[in-house]
Parts: sequence; structure tokens; C-alpha cells
Amino acid sequence: MAYNLIGKEFTPVDVEAKITGRAKYAEDFRADNMVFCKMLTSSIPHARIRSIDTSAALKMQGVLGILTADDVPEFPPPAPPILAKDEVHYIGEPILAIAAESELIAAEALEAIKIDYEQLPHVIDPLESLFPGGPNARSAGNVAAGQIALQTVKWEASDFAAAGETKLPMGRAAEEWSYGNVDAGFKAAKVTIEETFVTGTYSHNCMETRSSFAYWQGGKCFLHGSNQSHTSAIANISRYIGIEPENLVLIAEYCGGGFGSKIPGYPNMAVAALLSKKINRPVMHRITRTDEYGIGAARPGFQGYIKMGFGADGKMLAADMYLVQESGPSATAGDFRAAGNALTLMYQPNAVKFRSVPVLTNTVPVGAHRGPGENQFAALVEPMMDKAARQLGIDRIAIRRINAPDSKGTVGKERGPLTSAFQKEALDKMALLFKWNEKKAKSGQRVGNKVTGIGIGQGYHSAGTNGFDGLLRITPDGVLHIHTGIGNLGTFSHSATARVAADLLNYEWENTVVERGDTRRGLPFNSPQAGSLSCSTQSRTMYVAALDMKDKLTDIAAKSLGGAAADYELGKEKVVHKSDASKSITYKQAVEKAVELGGKYVGKEVPEDLNPITKNSVAMIAGSGLIAVAKDNLPRVGVTPGLSATIAEIELDVETGKFEIKEMLCVADCGTVLHPLGLGHQISGGNVMGIGMVMERHIYDPKLGIPASVGFHQGKLPTYLDVPVEVAWAAVEKPDPQNPIGVKGVGEPVLGSGAAAITSAIADALGGHLFNRTPVSPDMILNHLAGRPPAHKPLQVNAV
Amino acid sequence: MVVKDMMPNFELFQPTQVKDALAILDSYGKDAWKMAGGYDSLVWFKERIKRPKAVIDLSGIAEMQGIKETADGVEIGALTTLTDIENNSIIKTKYRLLADAVAKVASPQIRHAGTIGGNASQDARCLYYRYGLPCYRAGGTTCYADTPEGINREHALFESDRCVAVTPSDGAPALVALDAKYVLRSSSGERVVGSEEFYVGPKIDITHMTSTKPEEILVAIRIPNTWAGSHFYFEKVADRNVWDFALVNVAAALKVQNGVIRESRIACGGVSAVPRRLTAVEEILKGQPMNETVAKLAGNSATRGARPLNYNGFKIPLMANLVTRAVRDAKA
Repeated sequence: MAYNLIGKEFTPVDVEAKITGRAKYAEDFRADNMVFCKMLTSSIPHARIRSIDTSAALKMQGVLGILTADDVPEFPPPAPPILAKDEVHYIGEPILAIAAESELIAAEALEAIKIDYEQLPHVIDPLESLFPGGPNARSAGNVAAGQIALQTVKWEASDFAAAGETKLPMGRAAEEWSYGNVDAGFKAAKVTIEETFVTGTYSHNCMETRSSFAYWQGGKCFLHGSNQSHTSAIANISRYIGIEPENLVLIAEYCGGGFGSKIPGYPNMAVAALLSKKINRPVMHRITRTDEYGIGAARPGFQGYIKMGFGADGKMLAADMYLVQESGPSATAGDFRAAGNALTLMYQPNAVKFRSVPVLTNTVPVGAHRGPGENQFAALVEPMMDKAARQLGIDRIAIRRINAPDSKGTVGKERGPLTSAFQKEALDKMALLFKWNEKKAKSGQRVGNKVTGIGIGQGYHSAGTNGFDGLLRITPDGVLHIHTGIGNLGTFSHSATARVAADLLNYEWENTVVERGDTRRGLPFNSPQAGSLSCSTQSRTMYVAALDMKDKLTDIAAKSLGGAAADYELGKEKVVHKSDASKSITYKQAVEKAVELGGKYVGKEVPEDLNPITKNSVAMIAGSGLIAVAKDNLPRVGVTPGLSATIAEIELDVETGKFEIKEMLCVADCGTVLHPLGLGHQISGGNVMGIGMVMERHIYDPKLGIPASVGFHQGKLPTYLDVPVEVAWAAVEKPDPQNPIGVKGVGEPVLGSGAAAITSAIADALGGHLFNRTPVSPDMILNHLAGRPPAHKPLQVNAV
Repeated sequence: MVVKDMMPNFELFQPTQVKDALAILDSYGKDAWKMAGGYDSLVWFKERIKRPKAVIDLSGIAEMQGIKETADGVEIGALTTLTDIENNSIIKTKYRLLADAVAKVASPQIRHAGTIGGNASQDARCLYYRYGLPCYRAGGTTCYADTPEGINREHALFESDRCVAVTPSDGAPALVALDAKYVLRSSSGERVVGSEEFYVGPKIDITHMTSTKPEEILVAIRIPNTWAGSHFYFEKVADRNVWDFALVNVAAALKVQNGVIRESRIACGGVSAVPRRLTAVEEILKGQPMNETVAKLAGNSATRGARPLNYNGFKIPLMANLVTRAVRDAKA
């Protein structure tokens, strides 16, 4: 289908706003009588709070009030509290907040507070917690996750003894499943790969820390926050503040990075709001970089084991994976499950056995981090596919192609269907664009001190859902207002998806306004801006709303000009009779008629199945124009997989352990391309974050529980000089049949394929040596090249 | 309680003359803090770990800025920015080693404000010291890095004494290799010291990286023309290619005649508390041809006596390789 706007370039509002500094983030706002607050956080990794003496602090000039756990809603453990009550579980955990006339006064007041702690044993390494008699990160237990109740799990000493130093001990799992005959698969395998691995934890490192600013007016809480999603977060944020959702005015037009750490709001958003209520002054809560490393989340790490059996043709016959997840203190990540799904999807094994135990640790809370689970899996397992290919004598792309899903593929323990999958096509396009057949001979070639390595990586994340609402409005001036509650993570998808509605209604983009960023603008209930969902999910809501608008426009034309609605079609911002072009009304005229007609045409009557948030929003704008609103009830069966393949060529300096990325190319299976610029940014940015997964460090002193990687310097985020000048990209461009536009998301898979391409390339440059670990730091490469043992123990975490 | 990210108040002085700065130093004694480019100072203050009563911002002192040729070399004002040194034609043509070294410091933005005096005097980056723990270097009675569990990947291979932190400076090894002299002025006069005296290890002073006394200001660094136009080599290996401290760096000056090394000065950073001058290697190289075999011998000899900690053993091959490269690849 030919489109006017879909698939075409445009300049999103973000571009100019961010370059000129006009974009306002939470901490850019001010109000009369505004005061500041600062938090006191735990300096101990695990302790019971015996008492808190705030008397001296509260007497200080300029101190206006205090917020403690007694003032905030409580949530049952192991959910992260807004403020810790009886026990602290990591260094950096908020305990209380002080409001003062200035941040300096607040800081000095915090220093005057005395806390009497009873120190408790802490644990950084999940396996230490599983060892008999090992410490629990929480007094109430050491294992928990969504659907796994907080409990204490200790393995047998014999589990550890049997595994020795180099293999993952595998005691009782908290969750396990299987399908197919795994034993028969391994028996039939020509080649079996069996590896133990560790994936590092690392922080989200958002440029904008999660500051918030709040005040109350007319019983409503006005909250300026930093959040990825908008309307989908309202219920959760209201719960943190303890108010009804309709009493929250959420203003969040720009978000300086979330990467999964700011999806449904977060407990800390309530601090400014509740302090403001308590002292009756607007409160600015600027989160410092140190604070951010405490409460800003991190990708959980795995200590893992995998065994994969391959037939002579390269087909994966069976796989057995065990993941011990480092879960932080609050069970806030389900990465292990996603990694299990990734195994089933990416390689379509005939039989799978999966076991896992998510273990609580006294490290910072973990959370979804761009491709949570799938991408750790990709970075570690893709190099193992090369090992299998070498042992089988199969081309490294061919082995991936043999196992890659097509649209008949399945996912998960239930082996559920897919809406579409074109990963084989992605691999083919990647091979063609990279000139794989010519260049693969460069693998392992050494010139001087430099060895070339070529690596291939694949990424997967589910990338679309349904069931949200679309809301459009044409005002009397003829302008189309596209209301979106998706949020603004920085991907431009708020507008890229809005263009679906504009396109279907034959609008010039210049004659539209995207209403977003402030609940007072009347925003519909939309998908979280997360999970690679936005483009697919939001294009559906735009589609259903545009259909409703089209129905209403043709209906009004028939009412005005005679005949049936079906006799009319949409022209250039007018409704035209199909067989008599002289009979038409402009959209502007249609709005006049709509106002006259009232009822459903102006939002006074709405479909019953809308979310209450959408109903509230329609009520706000009812009567102000011709309104279309609908819930996405379009059918969708199966998982919508976003897929990608990256190839990278590196030159590794055998004298320094450093490597340079000479070329990086990524092909995405993301269906119809909505917005080339946005897609290109996602692919480049995702691959760069993939390089980050291989470089970024998250060090803890295990004895003191001190986090060492707290800063953009210490965290070793890649810089301009660590990444290639360009990440070349392309899309498969095969539409997903279950999305009306054919769109699938791809924001997350591209990180996984990027990371995996680099880990594979390093292995390739080193003659196939697998570190089985992220990050891969120069010291690891140097020790290997010098024939020295690695400095870390095989299963050690947070040490590299 | 540990509260970070908020700078405490202090008295700020912005003198325009060295003598005025010295007078302020004298009146505040140990409570005064000398600040040049500010990149390290402001972080210490913001973390509320160093809390001076008075901060003397030296950046307005014109006398301490700029590069001038002297009869026997070049004098660089201690406040000269790293960018200015990198771009200075005298430095580039005669003492390229220093230009190459300072060009690798931190990031372009930091080099615009960071000074050679500050770079030469850089404090240790040990994570425990920077965290504000009461370690030996902070005046306490223990070392957190040199324990069975301690994180010490970035720490010393040589000559540690209770403290195992290293010099993080990229400029310092180049200054050592160029045989620089450091001009230290106080109200009672001026002294000029060589690198051996300027840089101090923990055995001599565990809480300072240099011998600059509290009442002194490093006003200038002089580079003699002894090594002008020699064969030079500088390389830094860090986790990242910009905005990072060296895991190990090497600075070498070699006098080469007809392919034979007549004399050399080589120093490595990141391996001990002071820039480690490789005098044994320099002796070995004397009169040797500049080739791969000799370079390898130099590399192997450079790490002799290294005593790695739990996580920093990789620095042994890295240092050996960098010294090998320095001898093999140094260019006039």
C-alpha cells in the first residue's frame, strides 16, 4: 500500500527542542515558594534500623520538614519501598527525605541525622546466598520474583561440591519447565556444546536522573517527572502517592533516557509529592548522580549453564539451560524467564529443559534494561553457536539460518505461535550487505599486532501488543489533534505512530498537532513505552481511531449532503462523494456539523469498552471538536517477535587487549518501516548500547558491599572513540500480517545482536576462545593472550 | 551519615599574584586548598570528602600561565592548560613526548581546563580512597584494596607500602622521561626539584603523591633541552579510548644514532604510586641496536620484580608490551 506519511521522513519536535535546550525536563520547572528536598540513603548494605534521631536536623534554620517511611504508602516485601522502614538492603537505599529552603541546607541537615543500625550479613554473589548457611539479602528470605513468593532457598553442599570451581552448581530450581524429549535430543546430537557463563550486572545510566517536582492544587497532585510511559504509568504512580488516578496531573513531555528503568513510574516519584503535601510548598527533588546509581536500576546478571546438542546439519536438537539470577534486593526483574523464551525462539530447539532461581542480593535494585533477559542470553550464547558451527564444519551464518524462526516458528514453553518472523531474511540481507562470502576469510588474520575478528549476533524481543485506546480530534480550525499517551522515551515514536492516523485521514502533517506530555491535554490510555511495544501497539490504536474518525466524517457528509456514508471517501482534508466529486465537505465544515450533532461526534458519548483514563480524557475535551475514540479490538494471535542480526568486524591488538570496531552492520526484522530516521537511531543506538554491554562494568567490593561503578567514568560507558563512526543498517521490510500497517518494534533486539556480534568477534579474533562472560575487559584478553589465568573466579560476579 | 553530591561552603580566594596566594596559604595553613583547573578539586568538594575552609583558586595568576623558551630548555607555567601544551609549537617540535602524553589525558573538554600542574600532581584514584573510606592514604590505619577480597585491578605492581594506589597521570611519565624540574615556591623562597624528589611513594608520605609542602605552590615546570628532538614514544592503554585513566602508560625518550640507542629515559604510569622510571631498562638499552629483539628484552626486563595483587596481574604483560612497543616504535 502506498502511504503519504508512513515510511517517510519528518523532523520530530524533539530534535529542535533538545538541540536548542528548549525541551524542559522535570528539574527545569519552577513554582513560587518552591523548596528543595534531599534524601538520606543507607550507607550499609544490609542492616536493621534500630532508631533514627532527627532532632538536631529539624532544628536547623531553613529546614522545613521531613518525610519518613511512616508518611508514605507501604508495599509488601520484597517490593521496593518508597522509603525504607525497618531494614535497609543496599547501599544507596532511601531512608528519609528532608525539605529545606536550599539543597545545601538539606544536605547539612541530613548530616546531622543519627541512625542506629544493627548490621546484618550481606551478600553480593547469589551462589553465596544459596550455599548452606549463606547470608540472605533480606531477613525474610533470599529467593523471589514475580509469581515466586519470597522464600529461603539453600542448596546442598554436595550440589556445590559436584560442580567444582568451574561449573555452575545446580541445586533445586525455583522455576522449571521443559518440552520435547531432551535426553533423546542430546543422544542424537553430533556435537554438544556445554558451557558455564556469567553475565554482568550494569546500570541503566540514564542521562536524566529521575528528578521530580510536585505541588498540589485543588486536591490534585501536579507531578513533573521523568518517565518513559505516560498514561499507562498513572495508576502505578497514583498508588505510590496514595491518591486516585484522576487526582494525578502528570507532566512529562521529555525523558532523558529510561532504557526500561522508568516504565510504570517508580517509588521515588512519590517523595516530592508527599513532602509537598506535608509542608504545603512546591517541592523540587533533584536526584543526584550518586542517588541515581542507588535507585536508578541495573540489568540483572546471570550465573548460567547451557548445554546444546546439534545434529550433523546444524539443527539444535536439544537445549538445557539453568540460570541463577542476581536479582537485587527487591525481585524487580524477570529476565531469567525472558532468556528462557529467547532460547526457544531464537534457535527453535526440538526439546528444551529450563531451570532457574532468582536470588536476592544486597546490590542495587534491578529492573528491565533494554531487552531484559533476551540480550544477556544473546551476548553469551551467540559465540557458542560459532563454536558449534566450527565443530560441525558449517558456515557461521548458515548455522544461525538453519535454527532461526520463520513465521511458522514457536516461542516459549507452550510453543505458542508467532505473528511473523523473517530472521532468515534478516541474516541473508546482512550477509549480502556485508559481503560475507568475500570477507569471512579475514577471520583470524593477523597483521602486525592486530588480528581481525568477525562476529555475528542475533537479537529478539517480543515487539507488539494490543488492547489500548486511540483518540483523535479535529478542532473547528480544521486541525487534527492526535492525542497520545504513549510517553516520550526519546525514540520519536510518539509522532511516528501519530502519523499513521494523519496518513489514513489524508492529512498534511503540518496541519496536525500531537497532544502529549501532560494529562491535562486529554491523553488516551496507551501502551507502556517499553518492551519494543510502541510502534506496533500504537500504530494499531491510531488505526482504530482513524477508522472511527473516517466513519464519523463520512457519516456527517451523508447527513449533510445526502446519501449513505458508504458513498463517501476521504479526499485532501475533505470528504468527497465517490461518484460525484462536486459533492464534498471540508473537514472544517464537518466539525461545524459535528458540534451541531453533539453526542458521539463530540465525545459526549463514548464506547463502553474504553479504559477509564481514556473516558476521563475524552470528558476533558468533549465538545471542542469532532472526536474519534476507539479501543483496539483488532485480532492478534501469538507473539509478535522483533528480530535483528548484527555483524561486526574488529581488529584486536594482541599487545594491549584492546580492539577497534572497523565495521558494524545491523538488519532488523521490524515489519513496515514507519520512520526511517527513528528506526536508524534505534538500530544505531541499540547496537552502541550492545557495545556497552561488552564494556560496562559494575563492580562491588564483596566484603563491604560498596558499589564501585557509580559514575559515567567508573561505569565505563562507551565513548565516541570506542564505537564505530557509523552503524550501517537496513530493514527486512516484510510487513507483519497482524498489524494493520505491518509494523513490528525492534528497539530492544538490536542491543542484543550488537552485543553478541562483539562477543562473537572477540572470540573469533582469539581463535574461538570463549570468555563466557560479559563484560569482556582488556585485562581478561591480556591474561588470556599471555597464558595467565583470569583474575576472577569462573563464577564470580561484579568483579570485572 | 554519608551525604554526597552537595558542595559545602568555603571561603573562596581568587588571587592574581603568586605572593598573594602564598600569603593566604600561610594564614590558613592546612585548612587551605590549592585549586588549578578544578576538575579533581570540585569532585572532592562535591562528594563532601575534602572539606577545606579556604579554597585558593589559582586560575587568575597570569605569572603561572604560558610556555616560554629559556636558555637551556622550556618553562611551562603550572596553570598552562593541557590543550595549550598539546598545541604549542615549541613543545610539538622539540618535546613532542609531552604533547603526545597530554593529548591522551581525560577528554578534550577536561584538557581545555585541566592544567599541567594539576596533571603532574594528580591524586590517587583508588576506589576506596575516592569513596571516602578512612584508608591509609586518607590518614587512616588500613588499606581496603590490598585484602583477599579487595578490588585492585587498577592498583600497583611495584613499591607499594601499605597503600597500593598508583599515579593516574598521563603527563607525569612524560615529564619524568624528559627529566623535568618542578619549581616550588613558598613565602620563604623557591626550590627546584627533579622528578625523583617531586613524586613520593607511600613509604615517604602516604597521604600525598608529591613532595609539594602545604605552604608551597608548584608555579612552573622546566624541561631541559637535554632530550629535545629525541626519539619519543607515548602510549596509554585504558578501558576506554577517551575520558579514562590509564591502566598502564609508557613514556620514552631515546637518543638514537645510526640505529643504536645511546641513552634513554623511560617511565611508566599506573604501576606504582610514582611514575616508575625504568633505570634498569635504560642501562640494558645503552649501546643496543633499536630492533624487535632488544625491544622485547626491554619489555621483559621492565616488569622484573612486579608483585601483582589479586586482580592486576594483567598489568605485567601490558607493561612489558608497552615498553617493547616504546623501544621498537619510538620516532624522532
